[in-house]
Amino acid sequence: MARPVRFNIKQKSTTDWGINIAEAPQGFSGEGFFTTSLDKVVGLARKNSIWPLPFATSCCGIEFMATMGSHYDLARFGSERVGFSPRQCDLLMVMGTIAKKMGPVLKQVYLQMAEPRWVLAVGACASSGGIFDTYSVLQGIDQVIPVDVYVPGCPPRPEAIIDGVMKIQELVHNESLRRRNGDKYRLLLESYGIQ
Amino acid sequence: MSLTNEIIKTRLVEKFGDLLTEWGEPYGMLSFTAPGDHNLKVMNALNDEFGFSFLTDLTAVHFPDRKGEELAVVYHLHNLVENVRIRFRIYAPVEKPDVYTATGVFSSANWMERETFDFYGVNFVGHPDLKRILNVDEMDYFPLRKEFPLEDQTRIDKDDDMFGR
Repeated sequence: MARPVRFNIKQKSTTDWGINIAEAPQGFSGEGFFTTSLDKVVGLARKNSIWPLPFATSCCGIEFMATMGSHYDLARFGSERVGFSPRQCDLLMVMGTIAKKMGPVLKQVYLQMAEPRWVLAVGACASSGGIFDTYSVLQGIDQVIPVDVYVPGCPPRPEAIIDGVMKIQELVHNESLRRRNGDKYRLLLESYGIQ
Repeated sequence: MSLTNEIIKTRLVEKFGDLLTEWGEPYGMLSFTAPGDHNLKVMNALNDEFGFSFLTDLTAVHFPDRKGEELAVVYHLHNLVENVRIRFRIYAPVEKPDVYTATGVFSSANWMERETFDFYGVNFVGHPDLKRILNVDEMDYFPLRKEFPLEDQTRIDKDDDMFGR
């Protein structure tokens, strides 16, 4: 019996090729102009062009590779361009066990990133030390750098990593432009001994 | 004639007499104990006269119940020509774990003695650069000694019931 073909059977529209266009933010539009708040435009632009910096040390990194691959394809979410210099990237993705000796290195990488920057802790080890409840392993990267989103799992499936990235996108989208200049943020960084 | 365990043992007893104790051959590997201050003499003899030219391993074991000789430093040697391996250990008290360094005989002991110092706190007298190698420099204890629990004691934000302690 022939194997039923399940893919690519739907006729695609030849005009938009199935491409999703992001919804325009709320605003006032008229003939030839559109007004809205700067926050929303910047948030929309940032959200759909996040450059991730993978900091992969173990098996979660393998799941990340699958996430970047064609099957799951993180590029669909605007994170096409994986940067390998912290100075160019917006999102630090920490995937895998971080030993205590690696802690200062991770912090250095975080410090080298320019504001605004976000951190995604992927997997049990990066989030909490995971199964490595031992003297040599950092019990969660939030002991050295502030974390925005935690992805549970050991290791998490690519879907979970994508979900984490989408949660980050939500944060990026809704973040106030003044947040990084505020006292609350400064105190948060000071609690990590930064600045 | 190949180098057998019997030959090695006979010649070592001739040379060192009663100083070498606790002879055994677990899984065919000749093992014995040397006095704490004789480790270099025995190692030099094995290297020069028996052809054990390769220090495969150097580590320590902590026996809290052996009063006065809590720390055992274990040397594994390999004769590459005859393909014979040998193992010997010395004991040191945990209060004052001073052991002569083997770096003068085998350069490879440098790394392994730093590791042994790192995890057991054995003080290798004469080592060129005895400091921590694998653990963070700020660590203030020797994690593989038996009195220290394996788990990280510094964490404060976890519920022990949920983490199987």
